Amino acid sequence: MIRIAVTTLLIIAVTCALASAQEDTIQVVTDTLSDSALAVIQPEVPSPAGKVLVNDTPNDNGGSVQINWTASADDTDGRIERYEIERKEVNASDDTYKVIGDATAGQTRITDNYAENGVEYVYRVVAVSLAQAGDGEMLEVKSYSESSAIVKASAQWFNTNRTVVLIFALVIGSLIVNYISQARKGKDLFIRKIAGLEAVDEAVGRATEMGKKIYYVPGTQDMENIQTIAGVTILGRVARLAAQYETDLDVPVSRSLVMVTAREIVKEAYMNVGRPDAFHEDTVHYLTDDQFGYAAAIDGMVVREKPATIFYMGAFYAESLILAETGNSIGAIQIAGTAMPAQLPFFVAACDYTLIGEELFAASAYLSKEPKLLGSLKGQDISKGLILAVIAIGVIIQTLGVYDFASLFRIAAD
Amino acid sequence: MGFWDKMLAIDRRWIFLFVGLSLLIPMSLGIETKLSISPETAGLFDVYENLPPGSKVLMSFDYDPPSAPELQPMADAAVKYAFMHDLKLIIMGLWPQGPLQAEISIQRALDSPELKDKEVEYGVDYVNLGFQAGNEFVIQRMGSDFREAFAMDIRGNRYEDIPILKNVKNFSNIDFAFNFSAGYPGTVEWVQVAVDRYDVVLGAGNTAVQAPLAYPYLGAGQLVGLLGGMRGGAEFEVATGFSAKATVFMLSQTFAHAIVILFIIVGNVAYAITGRGKSKLEADR
Amino acid sequence: MRREIPLIITAVVGIAFVIQYFIPHSPFDRFEQLFSDWFFIIAACAIWLGALNLLKLSIIKVQRQKKDWQYSVIVIVSWLTMAIAGFAGGRGFQTPGTAFDWLYVNIYTPLSATMFAILAFFVASASYRAFRARNVQATLLLVAGFLVMMGRVLFDDIFFAPLGWDFQPLSEISSFIMNYPNLAGQRAIMIGIALGTVSTALRIMLGIERSYLGGGD
Repeated sequence: MIRIAVTTLLIIAVTCALASAQEDTIQVVTDTLSDSALAVIQPEVPSPAGKVLVNDTPNDNGGSVQINWTASADDTDGRIERYEIERKEVNASDDTYKVIGDATAGQTRITDNYAENGVEYVYRVVAVSLAQAGDGEMLEVKSYSESSAIVKASAQWFNTNRTVVLIFALVIGSLIVNYISQARKGKDLFIRKIAGLEAVDEAVGRATEMGKKIYYVPGTQDMENIQTIAGVTILGRVARLAAQYETDLDVPVSRSLVMVTAREIVKEAYMNVGRPDAFHEDTVHYLTDDQFGYAAAIDGMVVREKPATIFYMGAFYAESLILAETGNSIGAIQIAGTAMPAQLPFFVAACDYTLIGEELFAASAYLSKEPKLLGSLKGQDISKGLILAVIAIGVIIQTLGVYDFASLFRIAAD
Repeated sequence: MGFWDKMLAIDRRWIFLFVGLSLLIPMSLGIETKLSISPETAGLFDVYENLPPGSKVLMSFDYDPPSAPELQPMADAAVKYAFMHDLKLIIMGLWPQGPLQAEISIQRALDSPELKDKEVEYGVDYVNLGFQAGNEFVIQRMGSDFREAFAMDIRGNRYEDIPILKNVKNFSNIDFAFNFSAGYPGTVEWVQVAVDRYDVVLGAGNTAVQAPLAYPYLGAGQLVGLLGGMRGGAEFEVATGFSAKATVFMLSQTFAHAIVILFIIVGNVAYAITGRGKSKLEADR
Repeated sequence: MRREIPLIITAVVGIAFVIQYFIPHSPFDRFEQLFSDWFFIIAACAIWLGALNLLKLSIIKVQRQKKDWQYSVIVIVSWLTMAIAGFAGGRGFQTPGTAFDWLYVNIYTPLSATMFAILAFFVASASYRAFRARNVQATLLLVAGFLVMMGRVLFDDIFFAPLGWDFQPLSEISSFIMNYPNLAGQRAIMIGIALGTVSTALRIMLGIERSYLGGGD
């Protein structure tokens, strides 16, 4: 009896001594274990994660720390179940370490998005593996890395990843503003002929002669899209012509805000040519936000009313060919303009004239011939020349392998 | 009017008729076609196939019914494969109709003979978080915490009460992300936010028109694979072993392309023989 | 003041948006999301303007028995049916089994898919009309179009796979055309579009372009 008692006490004492001696490096989860399981535990301790490097996440609003570590030596043979990342404030005791995230085996990077700005932290990485106890229960065995250096999260005032964008924005912006001011001073600026815009007058005239309607489709996107703004700007010019020639104008729209804006523009256009009585609110009317519902509605109207002229000016998606081909089938003159590269081929195939990309944005300047607007086009063209020169230089340098020129323009993810 | 003049001015309804027949007849013949799998599809399937049972897969359905003919087959195959291999699905959408398209895929998978006897439970094996407005900002919010973007699922259950989401806080708890995209917001936004900032492992299915925009990301390794259009869907069906609509439709698509090519050749011959046509304005003058 | 206030708002907000792109520090980091959320809210509320306008015009057309008034009946019935089904479904109106879901799956989805499918026929008729070998460039376009069309479907599997070829010539050529000449052209157009966007945005922010406000300059 005494021997059994002493042996049991010895086993317990050794177990406690072992546990306390190694408590800084391993922890075995034993809460639910039976005595027999405890008695035969000899967990194989995983190698801890290597050096833990921490840094404040750059180019952000703070509250974020990046933690990188070298994988545990046991990670390659699949012994590591996961990593736990713990954090404490720098002057706090070690028992205040709290788990702030975990990473799967093989991962060596995590971002702590819950750090407080200005507070100094240290991190450590816990490599967790599973060990089987004598009675078959799975235990978690943890080993702790050394603590990292001190790190503090902070917010930055400038995103250095976007420096090249800032440089280009300033250069291009300056060029455009410079040519606008030159134009204001009366400098004569040449603009090449754009066939689609030259044909606007004639197209409106055709509708007038035939006694048929003009349809104007300002795209399927909302007012936050710059193409829609360009589209409704051109609508103002077309509406003025329609008012002058007393031609019926129909503007079916896909967005409520576009309806409100377009209505104001068309109303002003009619008033400016002295024909406010000819304006009807229902000239501009809403159909549906749904892409193909809109296309179906316009197709139906086009087939029944057979307008002489149809304008498509704005942002379009897959409905572009459905609209354009239907208009073509009834023999209407179609002038399209969009800055959606994927839809341009469809408009080119089905319409009589197409404004390609930037020609849509140039339309307002082209039709008004206003010096300030023409000046901005000139600035745009000079900027394009600059970009072409940079591309040519870059192609030569990159092809010769002299320098990784493209790296100057790479914008890293935030 | 000679034959070639007639061909030049052919009523477009004849073209529609021939295209329609070229699509319908192969479908009804039930011919099995052997389809080779492209490296883009193989890359994606390799990663998907190697996900162990229990892996959490985030599926973003970023398309609407018009794009369903191209994207639904690949989505159906992906969902069915996931259920067959005990992958846990977390479904969401950046387009309003996306989650509803997901429900169609889920229903088709559950109704299939292969899954007839398998118990697939909502909330345990899959969850549909529904649609959230905000485009790429939704992805950004998910990077910190999924709950910031989706407080509830499509059925009104609270995030905290859904078993499958118990240990899912953000992208670091997701093993794979699969995006089905027909435009904006879509694959490009997922790459720029989820992959670049949060190291998500991402595979994508795009419509044929959108796929070229995603190729640079595939080349850069930011996408593990890319399924492009109906061809991509058919290849994925073959890879997963569930040959279905896309595989059948590929033959129809081939015949339709052949008919279009034939008509173009005939049109050019007619043009060469008869001379150029006039523009409407020239004709009016 | 009627025109000056919107111009000032445009300039201030435009400049703020440009600046916020470069400054991650709060409050600038929240601008984009904040304004985006505001826009979504305004657009969502504004949808009533459009929806009610559609309903009003359709009812007037039916009342006055204007030309093709029968189509307006369909518009009114559809509008009311979807609206009632949606509201009646409550929060879970999209859940499978609801009336809204039934209408979505059995009516809206097939109709939308049908409209998209019309593209297949329209592409054929547009191609027939547009692909003419008028000159060298048009001929090159024609040939490239043929090669891309053939490379996207099963021509390789039908014609070359039975010969025991691993190589898929049409797919490879198609990929080459899409990844090099086509992508180069698209990028060139996108550079032009980007410059046009910058120029238009600057004109609007500086108040030079005012037509979007309505009428005169």
